[in-house]
Amino acid sequence: MRRFCMIAVLALWVTGLSVESAAIERFPPPDFEGGYEFPETTTPPARSVLWEYVDAGVLAAALAVGTWLTYRRRSRRGIFALMVFSALYFGFWRKGCICAIGAIQNVTLTIFDSTYAIPIGGALFFLLPLGFALFAGRTFCAGVCPLGALQDMVLLRPVRVPRWLEGVLRLFAWGYLGAGVLFAATGAAFLICRYDPFIGFFRLGGNLNIIVIGVCFLLIGMFVGRPYCRFVCPLSILLRQFSRLSKRRVTITPDRCISCRLCEDACPFGAILGPTAEWDEGDYVKNKKLLGGLLVLLPALVVVSGWAGYGLSGRASRVHDTVRLADRIYVENAGLVTDTTDESDAFRATGRKTEDLFAEAAAIRGQFALGGWLVGGLVGLVAGLKLAGTTLRERRSEYEVDKASCVACGRCYEYCPRQHAMLKSGREGK
Amino acid sequence: MAEKNEGVSRRKLLREGLWAGGLAGLGASAGFMGVRNTRGNTVWQIDPNVCTSCGNCAKYCVLEESAVKCVQLYSICGYCDLCFGYLVPEPKDLDTGAENELCPTGAIERTFVEDPYYEYNILEELCIGCAKCVKACAVFGNGSLFLQVRHDRCLNCNECSIAAACPSGAFKRVPAETPYLLKGADGQA
Repeated sequence: MRRFCMIAVLALWVTGLSVESAAIERFPPPDFEGGYEFPETTTPPARSVLWEYVDAGVLAAALAVGTWLTYRRRSRRGIFALMVFSALYFGFWRKGCICAIGAIQNVTLTIFDSTYAIPIGGALFFLLPLGFALFAGRTFCAGVCPLGALQDMVLLRPVRVPRWLEGVLRLFAWGYLGAGVLFAATGAAFLICRYDPFIGFFRLGGNLNIIVIGVCFLLIGMFVGRPYCRFVCPLSILLRQFSRLSKRRVTITPDRCISCRLCEDACPFGAILGPTAEWDEGDYVKNKKLLGGLLVLLPALVVVSGWAGYGLSGRASRVHDTVRLADRIYVENAGLVTDTTDESDAFRATGRKTEDLFAEAAAIRGQFALGGWLVGGLVGLVAGLKLAGTTLRERRSEYEVDKASCVACGRCYEYCPRQHAMLKSGREGK
Repeated sequence: MAEKNEGVSRRKLLREGLWAGGLAGLGASAGFMGVRNTRGNTVWQIDPNVCTSCGNCAKYCVLEESAVKCVQLYSICGYCDLCFGYLVPEPKDLDTGAENELCPTGAIERTFVEDPYYEYNILEELCIGCAKCVKACAVFGNGSLFLQVRHDRCLNCNECSIAAACPSGAFKRVPAETPYLLKGADGQA
């Protein structure tokens, strides 16, 4: 038998038979005489689908508890406890997957790829936080999101970020949301998952570069409150818009504002807006002109930004496997490189035509070019509207919470003297 | 005064309209996803007929110890004495000596069945998914050794790190009810 094997192998060597990994019966399975039974290949089942519902249930419960703590109990301590729970459960126990931020991509892929369907758990992770935001603001960010929880816990000495700078930096999140959707829609990658800076902490290991970025976020987060949430998180962009419309808003005071200014510096995320000054006639005229000019400029801004997005799309498309492979095959065929890669070897082993590959890659490049225009245009539009918004008069007579920016962390409650009065009377009432 | 009131109600109308629009949008997307969700959950798996045993599975998994392991499909194994998945290319002896073993972690167990046949088992706790044996078995043998994602270990990441690094596109999402792609007669692949 041994000799037979040797000869067979030698023959294979000489004739250079297929190196494909397909099952080829070079040596037919033996007929055993001694009653030998073929063992079964073990196939441990996938994680029970039940857990998916458990996760979604925990998410819904945490959102409900968070909303109750924010509006009824008005308890920072309670919200903090919920934060710790969420970081432990969704983060360390469930290893940060699936999360509401990443679910954006699953929803996108469901729309654009007919072969993919989002699991029900993933759909709930997308829908529940946004649904809650429509009624009660960003209670998801406060106590339920494990990424937010990590950053909230390390905040030590908050530095105030000027509102204009915050607005400019947030444009990045708009672009990131657009890019995340574009990459998911084209099937290139789940960008948001790939560059999740905190996943390495939850899994206690992972890509070193990402962990370094995560550490940087946490270091910055000691001084600038929740830097990922405010300037990067793609879901925050959606939650902000839903929260703007929400039925209820977080209030600093449990009943009425006495304009004592004590809460002025309470919010590390710049979500407390003070009373506004009166405008005189000159201000109105000046701002009206400015607004007119900015609205005229808006289309130009959209086009320039869209063009910039288009310019970046070529490089972005190389994240897609097919485009990268087509580029590699092209340079190899053109003789610009002499070696081959695992990818190009694998492609050649399949015997597919290079023309097909190039056509497929060209189509994907086209999708990226269109997507680049759209994402760039969107960022330009948002920037233009933000600029135009600065010329509008805001009317506030007391300290209010910015519905969009407030993450309902509950820090400001105890800055309000009315809260203490309420607690005191509550105690005396008992 | 009347004009002012009108302005307020107009703003309110706009806000209410947008709110209802947001709710309708969520409802519509929920409905869409519900209609599309006919297959249920998916998990990652390697198509062994596409896999080129490049070795990335051992390196790119987010787990310290890769969720990808080698499996042995006994029904197509040749039970050879000279197993190229088990032994180094020019073995000194055809035995279980460490210097003769191809597997860097000694994760393949060789047991005598009857002359001249030997059974080869993967000791999963030792296997690192490096695919050295897979390659050799595919080139010189029946290809009964191949890589599979083991679902008792896999976290089922939304974006599989190994899939992103896979040069042949062998990673795919498969229905959670049939989470393995086994080769040969009794496999689906």
